[in-house]
Amino acid sequence: MPYLVVYLAGLLFGLGIMISGMANPAKVINFFDVFGTWDPSLIFVMGGALLTTLLGYRVVLARERPWLGDRFHLPTSRVIDTRLVAGAAIFGVGWGIAGFCPGGALPALGSGRADVALFVAALAAGILTTRAVLEHRARQTTDKPTSPGAR
Amino acid sequence: METAFTPGLSAIGGVLIGLAATLLMASIGRIAGATGILAGFFAPANAGDWMWRAAMLAGMVSAPLLVHAATGEMPAITIPVPNWALAIGGFIVGVGVVLASGCTSGHGVCGLARLSPRSLVATLTFMITTAVTVFVIRHVIAG
Repeated sequence: MPYLVVYLAGLLFGLGIMISGMANPAKVINFFDVFGTWDPSLIFVMGGALLTTLLGYRVVLARERPWLGDRFHLPTSRVIDTRLVAGAAIFGVGWGIAGFCPGGALPALGSGRADVALFVAALAAGILTTRAVLEHRARQTTDKPTSPGAR
Repeated sequence: METAFTPGLSAIGGVLIGLAATLLMASIGRIAGATGILAGFFAPANAGDWMWRAAMLAGMVSAPLLVHAATGEMPAITIPVPNWALAIGGFIVGVGVVLASGCTSGHGVCGLARLSPRSLVATLTFMITTAVTVFVIRHVIAG
């Protein structure tokens, strides 16, 4: 039962990504190309998603716990550090080069296209390499706290 | 290359993404961040943790198939960059999202919806560097 609901959440997420144009790199890159072939559509994706989630979370997070789980798993870190800013900056460079962000590319995988699979494979390699380096460094400096969980 | 301005479809798509994020939080109490879901899929805490991530990913991947079944054609995916740019860009995205602990969905939608200062800083940062990167590639290097 929980997995069926989660599957439906994934399907809904994927449909939103496909319908909105977030899985279409030509559209995504044009959104950022303000001085060229600008296409402002994606502001409506971000706006629609953010507003809906803002209202949805307000209702949901007022409850004691989720229907099918023991607790809400919310990020606890509040530090704004170099790692956060540098990571976000690096992510943007990759997004600008490829035109895919992780949430845009994963649903697009279902199209069966080899170039989308290439992006996702490279994305996975980047994720796994960075995690391995962070874990290695965390083991070397045991007095420092380990990395906070990714969202 | 020009793309059509689609405010209606994009807003509807955005609302669906928001409903998905709300459903995932309401049901199992999880953030609908693509980075976190994928990263945890490779290194799950336990079998149940892997299962929900697998279910979510399966749902996401099913979406274009459902669109195909309903409309008779695959949704438009136009990739205006060469494969090497997808490979390099993909790796760079992977490095960045792990360091930042989130991407467009985790920080830009779920984090902002929780009014998280970390997510606000991350979202502003990656929106700026993406725009700068596109500007440099399209108007400095290619221009």
